[in-house]
Amino acid sequence: MKSIKTINMGKSVIKHILIYSLAFLTLAPFIWMILTSLKDMSDIFVYPPKFLPTEFHWDNYKKAFEAAPFGRYYFNSIFVAFTVTLGQLITCSMAAFAFARLKFRGRNTLFYLFLGTMMIPYNVTMIPSFLVLYWLGWIDSYYALIVPGLASAFGTFLLRQFFITIPKELEEAAYIDGATKLQVLRKIIVPLAKPALATLAVFTFMGVFNDFIWALIVINSEDMQTVQLGLAIFRDRYLTQWDLLMAGSVTAVLPILIVFFFAQKYFIQGITLSGLKE
Amino acid sequence: MTKTEALNSNSVQKLVSLFRFSRSSRGGMHKKDGINAVFFLTPTVIIFLTFILFPVVFSFYLSFHEWNMFSNEATFVGFDNYTKMFQSEEFWSVLKNTGIFTFGTVPLNMALSLVVAIALNKKIKGKKFLRTAFFAPVIISPVAAAVIWRWIYDPNYGLLNYGISFLGVGSVNWLNDPTAAMFALIIMSVWKTFGINMVLFSAGLQGIPETYYEAAKIDGAGKWAQFWKITLPLLAPTTFFIMIMSMISSFQVFDLVYVLTSGGPLGSTKVLVFFVYEYAFKFFEMGYASAAAYVLFVILIVLTMIQVRYMKNRIQGSF
Repeated sequence: MKSIKTINMGKSVIKHILIYSLAFLTLAPFIWMILTSLKDMSDIFVYPPKFLPTEFHWDNYKKAFEAAPFGRYYFNSIFVAFTVTLGQLITCSMAAFAFARLKFRGRNTLFYLFLGTMMIPYNVTMIPSFLVLYWLGWIDSYYALIVPGLASAFGTFLLRQFFITIPKELEEAAYIDGATKLQVLRKIIVPLAKPALATLAVFTFMGVFNDFIWALIVINSEDMQTVQLGLAIFRDRYLTQWDLLMAGSVTAVLPILIVFFFAQKYFIQGITLSGLKE
Repeated sequence: MTKTEALNSNSVQKLVSLFRFSRSSRGGMHKKDGINAVFFLTPTVIIFLTFILFPVVFSFYLSFHEWNMFSNEATFVGFDNYTKMFQSEEFWSVLKNTGIFTFGTVPLNMALSLVVAIALNKKIKGKKFLRTAFFAPVIISPVAAAVIWRWIYDPNYGLLNYGISFLGVGSVNWLNDPTAAMFALIIMSVWKTFGINMVLFSAGLQGIPETYYEAAKIDGAGKWAQFWKITLPLLAPTTFFIMIMSMISSFQVFDLVYVLTSGGPLGSTKVLVFFVYEYAFKFFEMGYASAAAYVLFVILIVLTMIQVRYMKNRIQGSF
């Protein structure tokens, strides 16, 4: 009996070692990024690689921010991501409410149509969407980054699925008291749907903050660049300035990692629900 | 079922629910509801018409035209864009690269994510930390990820060449050799995305009742037998879903390629979306680019249809 226990324990130890090594490998690029971002160039161009910086060069961040207007990029990214997220929370919960609670002709057809659009790849709509913005004179502006993202089939679907699980009895009392549909949505449904709204918010914020191709297409001037676009251009300019490039990368991943740390559950729910994409 | 549980339930079930939602709305027409519906749906409908429905139709139209976007008129050219594309060597090489990337990434990604999901489904200390670690690459921006990996792939001072030197492998010029560059792209992509599938597999594994394993143990089935006879068959719907979804997203890879290799060296990592991007926004051949985008669309529709057909069959089979 004792020997079986020992074998099992041995197995369990090996299992732990393997899975933790894999976790370490997965995190290694992050650790390497942070360490490099704090090194002097003389510590970077050495072989074999030196793991720890001889001296911690926090001023690399300052240099990176001086080499490119990362502060401005930051503002643009956060402003755009925040606005799109807020906009989607509003438009998606309104549309979801219509599909979950209102009775109107063609509702199911319209809903299926909405779901169908989730299958349309970005690349097919990308060129004409760009043209629309071009005709509107919105290229290289916040409008170009924000407006196309102000509605979402995924978000509408996610919220509708949640809204239909909310018992209707709660609303009936409000209607008897003379509440309008909008009031019911705001005062009853939205407060009850916080977990679903949080999932959508976290997910949208991450998607917009990390977006690259759309910004690449619609933005030209440095003032309007987002963090991701700015970093990609920075990479072209400072090809092997790894200290600055890594400081820039840390800057580009930090906000999302922080949000992730506090709201992990919602990220994972979003992934589970959408099945998801890059 | 609490609300959180409702959200937590398996993605496959969610997809199933697409195909069978209630028809209770067929009752009496509520006049006020109609007016309200217009109000509630207007913002979403405007955005959809402008940035999804119009674009889908218009890029189809464009794919039969030649147009540089600055001239006033687009010239109708029939199927010329398509024939030109199917006759161009560049297009086939791009399609091949996209295929190699997809069929290199998806199996590796699925194998790794399944192994991790199974490990995390067992008694392991620090599960929460581990899950966070494996999921971290998923949430960061592809641009930053590719910048970090460029440094790891550096031929002279890179971490990877240092690592493999212990295995007796000589230094590889990861991003400047055509074969190695595709390999480098696949590795980075697996690192970046396997966390998604890990989460999906975990959800699938949690749906397998523990009693099945207990029964198998009583019958004397070993771990391997349990895996092949219980886990894999019962996980099949999840696996299929993950496979198709991963293929769909791999076919659309762009950001990682743009920053890691810019399609090079010698066009060896130029993928379909990169091709569309170049023709549309570098050469301004909107018609040709739209035709390429539609080819991608057709590929993705076929994949989606396979998925939908499969789900439907399962629903008919199980209800």
